[in-house]
Amino acid sequence: MPRREIISGNWAFAEAMRQINPDVVAAYPITPSTDIPMKFAEFVANGKVDTNFVTVESEHSAITACVTAAAAGARVMTASSANGVALMHEIFPIAAFFRNPIVFGLVNRSLGAPINIHCDHSDSMGERDAGWVHLYCEDAQEAYDSAILAVRLAEHKDILSPVFVCQDGFITSHSFEAVSMLDDETVKSFVGERDADLPLLDVDNPVTYGSFAMSEYYFEIKRQQVEAHRNVLKHYDSVARDYESVSGRFYPKLDKYRTDDADFIVVVMSSASGVVKDVVDELREKGVKAGCLRIRMFRPFPAADVAEVLGKAKAVAVLDRALSIGGTAPLSAEVKSALYDAGAHVPLQSCVYGLGGRDFFPQHAMEIFADLQKGNIRAEERYIGLLE
Amino acid sequence: MAIRLKDYTEKISPLSGGHRLCPGCGAPTAVHQGLMGIDSPLVVVNATGCLEVSTTVYPFSAWRVPWIHTAFENAGAGVSGVEAAYIALKKRGKIDKDIKFVTFGGDGGTYDIGLQSLSGALERGHDFTYICYNNQGYMNTGAQRSSATPRRANATTSPAGTVIPGKLQRAKDLTAIVEAHHIPYVAQTTLFNATDVAEKVKKAVETPGPAFVNILVPCVLFWGIDPALQHEICRLAADTRFWPVYEVENGKWKITYKPKKRVPIEEFLKPQARYRHLFKGDTSKALLEQAQADIEFEWQELLDRCGETWDPAD
Amino acid sequence: MKKEMNSAEMARPKKWQDVPMAGVAFGASAEAVETGQWRSIRPVWDSEKCISCLLCWNQCPDRAILTDENGKVSGIDLFFCKGCGICAHVCPKDAIEMKPEADFPSDSGSR
Ligand SMILES: Cc1ncc(C[n+]2csc(CCOP(=O)(O)OP(=O)(O)O)c2C)c(N)n1
Ligand code: SF4
Ligand code: SF4
Repeated sequence: MPRREIISGNWAFAEAMRQINPDVVAAYPITPSTDIPMKFAEFVANGKVDTNFVTVESEHSAITACVTAAAAGARVMTASSANGVALMHEIFPIAAFFRNPIVFGLVNRSLGAPINIHCDHSDSMGERDAGWVHLYCEDAQEAYDSAILAVRLAEHKDILSPVFVCQDGFITSHSFEAVSMLDDETVKSFVGERDADLPLLDVDNPVTYGSFAMSEYYFEIKRQQVEAHRNVLKHYDSVARDYESVSGRFYPKLDKYRTDDADFIVVVMSSASGVVKDVVDELREKGVKAGCLRIRMFRPFPAADVAEVLGKAKAVAVLDRALSIGGTAPLSAEVKSALYDAGAHVPLQSCVYGLGGRDFFPQHAMEIFADLQKGNIRAEERYIGLLE
Repeated sequence: MAIRLKDYTEKISPLSGGHRLCPGCGAPTAVHQGLMGIDSPLVVVNATGCLEVSTTVYPFSAWRVPWIHTAFENAGAGVSGVEAAYIALKKRGKIDKDIKFVTFGGDGGTYDIGLQSLSGALERGHDFTYICYNNQGYMNTGAQRSSATPRRANATTSPAGTVIPGKLQRAKDLTAIVEAHHIPYVAQTTLFNATDVAEKVKKAVETPGPAFVNILVPCVLFWGIDPALQHEICRLAADTRFWPVYEVENGKWKITYKPKKRVPIEEFLKPQARYRHLFKGDTSKALLEQAQADIEFEWQELLDRCGETWDPAD
Repeated sequence: MKKEMNSAEMARPKKWQDVPMAGVAFGASAEAVETGQWRSIRPVWDSEKCISCLLCWNQCPDRAILTDENGKVSGIDLFFCKGCGICAHVCPKDAIEMKPEADFPSDSGSR
């Protein structure tokens, strides 16, 4: 029976894992995602799942074991954060290249140094170009739903791509909120069984994974991954609609909050959208046509859709929770390039906020909207909440 | 577990011809000999290195069995994942065959960068056999020293110069380190006789749980030998006790090949260009004496571990 | 998918769609690779002297020693043989002799 419980983002993700009951989980503890493997270990110990849980000795081994298990034909899940994600960096492109449909609970945390356990998006942004699908969740409910939805997305025959399901460290992962959960049977039938292509364990049809491919072939194989991501944009909505049919909840690639007639739009990802949306409501009451565009799918980047939403606005601010030191912050860069391609010359303010868990308050969002209204827009990146 | 070669000529090697390892390379011989006696279906996991690169030059693969490579330092984790998937899928009735898992790593991928991953896999107790094809250095990148490179060898990052006579440090005793994980079967051998490699690997694969075989194989380029000398140089490695041949079964150490007579280390060193500097100049005599002293010391260590004695015919 | 992947066809994809998923290669496709071209010396086997001890078969890195259904040595697969000379060196009966390739001008040795 569907349930509604007060749980944290991590537990919500772990609960989805329990219901998915993957063949293999290989994971390693790191704050703030540790609760996921810990909770899952309890499920294993108490016979709530019959997953083969591999307690590896590092994140590098965790993702390696996930990759080879997935290539073997297994359904595989794991979770990590920050330094753990960075340690896995070498293997992420291999997972994408092998077309391993791994679903990964990425609990966003800043990358050291200085070492800091709180949220920003520097860890997942470092994996921007690894060939994984990136979904960023606003709250625990979405993290739960996305974990389940992502299994079907990752295993879609025209996609076959690993997926990061990101949630904000502590802010989402450790806050308790009401989460509606499906019953076990519904999840089981929604995800079905994995039907692997070219599984390594098919000893009668031996395949070689991970050859040495030189310049005559490398490019062509990479191009196929580009196609897989184009197919994500094509097929995502149908998977999300299927999920809606069992859950009543639909998660579009872009969460457009009062953007239809908006003059001033703030673009943001993950939990900070809650703050922005509140401020949008406040401004709307005062007659300001404010809106919030939350980017849920960052990879592949739905550029045309983004441009369509923002193209008619008078001014836009993009909020990044990561730096690209010496360049343009990642979300800003994407949005700017989407607008350029659409021929839309919308004044745009790049803002960086929330690094290392720095608070982002309604007041900050207010100021950002105020600047947009005043046309106080600079080419230079702004730092929100920085002591300066 | 004695193996007779003639019983296996009909069996097709898991590694086909058409691979691009150098003429005379010891790695493919270790694969042929090692996997010869395995009757079950196999899946092979390979660390980055000469064997991996040269057997899978895309779009060709010389592997007749399922094979996977991800990176250099993670073959232990790689086999853990495949074996974990196998157990899970078998439990869920999606696989019915009994499959064995064999991992190959060079000494760089095993002694050095991949040691942590190997250690983790051994400690967790996956059912697999890890074969280190040990050519005593990083060959794929051009003969650099590894922690398996023996003292005094000339390697490209420990060159024999006018001041320093090649690598200064003693090679890491990886076989003993692996044994310290208290796994059921650990062995060390080389391509020195017709069936020892096949017999040890067969035993390793048939032993439930993790097993490890450290096989000394020549690299014709690094060692600087005539390719035809593959077998000869391995025999000398065993006879001079440069590379003792032994096994440890459930904690019991046993030397499985004791040379009949005392063969001086020079006989192993002389045919190899990587030791050429030991035979030149005023320091030659002293360096060779030290080399022999090292052998005696390490051999005695091993005899003590085994609780054995050695009575050569000299 | 499987059938299209034989190595001869794979040797040169016409477009990116032709390459198999995940860049997998298929088992033993390297059997199409003629490494015999590398050879500068060639093993010549004398069936009269050979006692089929199989030491050469066992030591050959390229599995180029051929055997018959009775487990006896029957020749050398020059398509793969790289001419390392190990077989000649391990033979206890001198039944294999290494000769310069130049001695075989009209015969490349390939299949
Ligand atoms: C993380 C990483 N560091 C370095 C390399 C470069 N590299 C590739 S193979 C290799 C040496 C392999 O040596 P070994 O494991 O002894 O195998 P061999 O080549 O001797 O067969 C090195 C250093 C790499 N591929 N990955
Ligand atoms: S370089 Fe050495 S190890 Fe590598 S293929 Fe050649 S002989 Fe073998
Ligand atoms: S020369 Fe070398 S490759 Fe050729 S058959 Fe003899 S051992 Fe094999």
